[in-house]
Formats: sequence, structure tokens, C-alpha cells
Amino acid sequence: MTRHRALIGILVIALAGLAVASHAADQQNNTKGVPFPAIAMGQGETCVEDTDFMRRNHMDLLDHQRDETVINGVRTEQHSLKECINCHVVNGPDSVPVTVSSPQHFCRSCHDYAAVSVDCFQCHASRPGVEN
Amino acid sequence: MSIKTEKSTPTPGFDPVRRKFLSAVAAAAGVALAPGVMLYGITKSNSAAARVSGSAVSSNVRWGMLIDLNRCDSGCDDCVTACSKENGLQGHGRPATDAQWIRKVDVTNPQTGASQSLPMMCQHCADPPCVDVCPTGASFKRADGIVLVNKHTCIGCRYCMMACPYKARSFIHESLEDQKPHAPRGKGTVESCTLCVHRVDAGGQPACVEACSDTGGGAMLFGDLKDPDSEISQRVAKYATQQIRADLGLDPGVRYRNL
Amino acid sequence: MKRIIYSEIKGRSPQFYALAAILLVFVLTALASAFYMEHSGHYVTGMNNQVVWGMPHVFAIFLIVAASGALNVASIGTVFGKTIYKPLGRLSGLLAIALLLGGLVVLVLDLGRPDRLIVAMTNYNLKSIFTWNIFLYVGFMVIVAAYLWLQMERRMNRFAKSAGMLAFLWRLILTTGTGSIFGFLVAREAYDSAIMAPLFIAMSFSFGLAVYILVLLAACRGSERDIGDKVVNKLGRLLGIFAALVLYFTAIQHLTNLYAAEHIGVEKFILLDGGIYTLLFWVGQVIVGGIIPMVLVFRASGDVSRNAILASTLVIIGGFAQVYVIVIGGQAYPLELFPGMEVSSSFNDGVIASYAPSLPEIGLGLGGVALTGLITLFGMKLLRFLPASLANATIDPHHSVTAKSS
Repeated sequence: MTRHRALIGILVIALAGLAVASHAADQQNNTKGVPFPAIAMGQGETCVEDTDFMRRNHMDLLDHQRDETVINGVRTEQHSLKECINCHVVNGPDSVPVTVSSPQHFCRSCHDYAAVSVDCFQCHASRPGVEN
Repeated sequence: MSIKTEKSTPTPGFDPVRRKFLSAVAAAAGVALAPGVMLYGITKSNSAAARVSGSAVSSNVRWGMLIDLNRCDSGCDDCVTACSKENGLQGHGRPATDAQWIRKVDVTNPQTGASQSLPMMCQHCADPPCVDVCPTGASFKRADGIVLVNKHTCIGCRYCMMACPYKARSFIHESLEDQKPHAPRGKGTVESCTLCVHRVDAGGQPACVEACSDTGGGAMLFGDLKDPDSEISQRVAKYATQQIRADLGLDPGVRYRNL
Repeated sequence: MKRIIYSEIKGRSPQFYALAAILLVFVLTALASAFYMEHSGHYVTGMNNQVVWGMPHVFAIFLIVAASGALNVASIGTVFGKTIYKPLGRLSGLLAIALLLGGLVVLVLDLGRPDRLIVAMTNYNLKSIFTWNIFLYVGFMVIVAAYLWLQMERRMNRFAKSAGMLAFLWRLILTTGTGSIFGFLVAREAYDSAIMAPLFIAMSFSFGLAVYILVLLAACRGSERDIGDKVVNKLGRLLGIFAALVLYFTAIQHLTNLYAAEHIGVEKFILLDGGIYTLLFWVGQVIVGGIIPMVLVFRASGDVSRNAILASTLVIIGGFAQVYVIVIGGQAYPLELFPGMEVSSSFNDGVIASYAPSLPEIGLGLGGVALTGLITLFGMKLLRFLPASLANATIDPHHSVTAKSS
């Protein structure tokens, strides 16, 4: 019984050591980790808000705008998903805008990197449409 | 009939989309008016109700439709085609599950044999049963009377489809791709005629109404039922009109004439 | 009366594990079915834009209705003070919770967007009867769980009666809510009637008791406990009365409709020329689910247990037929867009809608039943739900020393 305990104790210490070591290695190799995505720039000079602000808060802006649009019929372009899609369009090799099924898609490139899944494009068009 | 589009409320925020649209309407009206024929479809636009860009819809407006069945031909389904095109509705070859926002219904009196054809869609009730029964509030009525499904909160329970007397709603039975940017729709949620809300918000009128006046019989008139000066209000005041299943007391915004 | 001793079932026999494994396979099949339906979209099911609620709803509604009915046995014991029912109360509570969970899981997994369950739990439209039902279901489980605890914790026994009263009232309201999901639908000829609420309450009495009898007898036999004819006979006769009650409300429902000329169409459809629905109504609900069980428990001679098992099974079969006719038959009959007129369109206006249940739907529904079974099975293994004996001498009030009930 005591021998078992000692064995388990050694095992735990060894595992802990391994974890610390690998964590340190991770920090060293940070630059070699998952490659930073190539994010498609918008077409204008600047985005509707500061880039840093957008990175952190775009979801809240979209959420707010979506309720404004659906419930109150406010269809300004400022924070609308449609305008994000129109501006940050990425053309594929055939020079046709790619859909979210392509890893190059503006939203997807970053969301893949951050491992955040969104369900916007189950309903919304993920590329500019032919307006009529 | 006068075109009052130019007199629309001054917009502090310049809105190129709407401006483009309004001029198109004015041009179309000019052409149509030339032979001196008055068509239902060309309304005074919704100038009286045009909103300042960025302001919320108001309950001072109630959008409605008047459909004159004497001008509706049973062989014509231009409104249906226009709706599908506008909103990106595609069949999948499965009639039982394919979505229909507007359809032509043939009504026959079994005793006399008299027959009529009419377009049927969401009737945009003032007291919509679909809104009452929806557990999450996804089915809702906008302040201006348009009944919509907020697909962000629709869980796909289909109780609204059970509750609607007009069979106006469809459930999306499959995954969709390449939807129209102005008409988001996706698997697992319920949908119905939006009265082309994206067009209405831009100062226009529904695609079916436009198609009906362009190539159909000019049977459909769209407008503000609360504005006493609007074409639709004046016609509703002048002629006898019917609401379908008026016995249910739901006060649909879609009215029919010569039913 | 002797003090009732409860004990866990041992749950170590090969049969126990075999049963648990079978139930688990059904639950996993249901999960796979649900995933398939959600992944492909509902077009792979028999449901469509005409029949929007299908087989999953038949199962879910049956289970939810039976859940509130299964609690009746406990209510008769504590609220109405019938001593012979007292030992039966704990299992009744367990079964009620298990049935409700089984039904709700089926309902949720059939949603178009089950991933948005959190939306349903955070956005409420308080005018919707569906919303009321969400509160009623959650409240039911909380109240019944508390009621069970008060029954099982001896120091708390004195509160059990009040909790039992609350649970009884709550279950009546709950079934009223379930029935009103249909009763409030003004658009549909087959529904739109206040009688849906009492009809559903009668159905819950009947279906819930039938399930209870089967589970009780199976549990006692499986764990080799005595169960006397006395209690089985009592439960069986009660089931007969409840089956009669369902027939009564069904008769009133159809007679009322038949009297009004505007409803003749839908009545003719269900009662005369509705094909499968007419067959299910007369043969399934009325004869198999109503008359035969009544004859079995009131008139038939022979083994009391065997008759009770047969009667309960038939009530359940008839119950499924009845829910099928209500849910599917009610939708198959077309909407009256223009009363008195004939209509036709490309959207199946004016025609009887066709519906054929698909395998994934049935798989999902059966999984709900299996989940109910698993919860009940392991509930009985973990806690003391089942009396050690239900032999005539143990439970008969006439054997009691004092008249005062404990």
C-alpha cells in the first residue's frame, strides 16, 4: 500500500514538472505557433471605428445594430453586417468574392485563428450580392 | 395622381440608396402616366411616411395592401415570381417543404361554380396570432404594422405555423447558401412575407406590388392605412373591401376588393 | 397499518444491465436521429409546411401528459388520504419527473434550432401559452422533487400533505396548459375549443396510471417483491374509470362539433372518411384504448395482474392513437381560408395534407421513452422509491391496528 502511494507521488511530481517545462517551451516558441491570419483590409481609408476598438467590440456593435435593424427598421450603413461584408470582400482566384466556406474569408480568417464559431452565415449572405 | 417624392422629409444624413430609389420610382411613374392610364401599383410612394435616416419605425404608420381581384388574372403569377426573385426563394423540387411567401389561390363557389384567383401571403394582422403564441417573442409586429420573424431568436418550434389561419408561414427545411444580402434566411427557422421590409424602409414598395403594376394586372396597391391622404386609405374609404377570415377579428392589413 | 419499508432495487442482475443497455441504445439512437434531422434539415422527416408537428410531438405530448397523470397515485395517497395508495406515492413522483424529462427532451431535440435552447430560456413572450408551459414544466419538476423529499425524509413528513396538495393543483394547471396549446388555436378547425383542457386532463389520468401500473408491476417482479391482488385490482379499476372519462370527453368534443354545421367537415374527416385517422380513432382509441380495457378490468375473470397489464398496455396504445389523431389528424385537415368555398393552390390549400412518419422521428420519440425508463430504473436503484412489499397483508388498511393513518 505504502509503495503504491510513493509511486503515485513520484508520478504526480513528474507530470507537474513536464507540464511546467512544456509551458515554458510554449512561450519560447510563440512566434512559431499557429500563423497569424492574413486579414483582408477593407476598401476605404479607415474602418467605421478604430481597428483596435473593432477587434474587441465588433460583436457588440453588430448585435446592437441587428436589433435596431430587425425591430426598429433602422438601416444605416455604419455598423451593419451587410456593409462589413461589402467592404471587407475577398476575391478568390477566379476573382469572384469568396463565401465563408473559404478560409480566406474576412470573418473566417480571424475566427478560425481565435477558434470562435459564429452562426451569422447560416442565414446571412457571406459575400456581397447582386443588388436589385 | 401626383408624384410627391421630391417633397419627402428633408434628410439630415444624405442617403444615396434611397435617393437613387426615389428617382427610379419617379421615372417609372412618369412613363406609366404618359398614356393617361392610372395604375394601382404606382403609388405616391410612401413619401408621407418617409423616415429620417436612422430613426425608428413609428406607429403613426400602418402599412397595408389593397388587392383588386377584378384586375387579378388566374393565369398570372408575376407577384409570386417577383417575390421569389427579390428574396432569393428557390425550390428544391420538394413542394411539401419548399417555402412560399406568396401564392396564388383559386377560390371556387361549389354551388354556383363561380371562380376567382387571388394572391395570398402574410396578411400582416393588427392582432396576429403568430405573435401571441411565439414563446421567445421572435414573431413580432413592427411599430408600423409589418409582422416579421426575428430569426436571431426563432428556435424553430413552429407554433406560429399552427396558429396562422392563412398558412402564410414556411419552415426552412434545409441548409441554404448565397442568400440575398437583404433577405437573410436559414435552416431551422420560420419565415414569411416581410412586405419587402428592406424596400419599404428605403422608401419603396414590395416587389410583388411593383411586378403587378409593371407586367401584371396592376391589381395591388401598397400604402399607409393610417394616412388619410394616401391612395390606399382613400380607396378603402370609398369602396367596399374585404379581409380574409374577418370573422376571426384579426384585422389584417391586406385588404381585397371584389372578392 | 404496518409501517411501510422502502428499499432500493439491487440492480446487479444480468437482466438489470441488459435492460439498461437496451434503453441506452434507444437513447443513443434518438441522439443520432436528432443530429441527423438537425444536420440535414427537417426535409428528411415526414414533417412539412402542412403538417408542421409530427411523430416527435406525438411522443412528447404523450409523455408530458402521462407525466402529470403518473403523479395522481401520490396525490390520492397524500391529498385524498387513501391509505392503500400511500406506499405507491414515491414511485409515482419519480415516474412523473422521468416522463416529463423524457417528453421535454424529445420536444427540444425536434426544434429547428435546438442549439438556441438558451434563447428560449432567456427570451420570454409572456402572452404565449408555450411560455406559460415552460414555467409550468420547470415548476412541476421542482415541486415534485420537493414533494418526494418531504415524503422520504421522515422529519419532514408532516409537510408532505401540503406539498402534495400544491403538486396536485400544479399538475391540473399543467395539463390545462398542455391542452390549451391546442385549445387556443383559433385557426384550426380540429382544435379551437375549451374542451381540450379537460380532455387532456382526463387523458393524463388514464395514460399516466397505465404507465404507472406497468412500471410498478415490472419493478416488483424484477426485484422479486410481493405485490398483492388487492392493490393491482384497485389500480386496474381506477384505470377503467379514467378510460371511461376519456371516452366521455371525446364524445362531448365530437358531439358539440357535430351539432354546428361549420364543423361538419372536420368531423366527417376524423369520424368517417379520414382513412388512417378514422381507423386510429375508432379502432385505436375507442375500441382498443377504451372499451376493451374497461371490459378487462371490470368484467373479465382470471388473473388480476394479467388483466391489469393487458388493460394498461391497451390504454397506452389507444393513447398514442388518440394523440396521433389529435396532433397529426388535426393538421392534416386543411385550413378554412374561405369557409364554404373550394380552394386550390400550389401550396396544398384545400387538400388533406399527407404525412408519413420517418424513421428518425420515430427513433427520436422512442428515445424519449427510453430516457424515461433509464431515469426510473436508476432512480429506483439509487434511492428508496419502491416498497419492500405490497402484499395484501402489508398494505390493506383493514389490517391496521389503529384507524389513524400514519
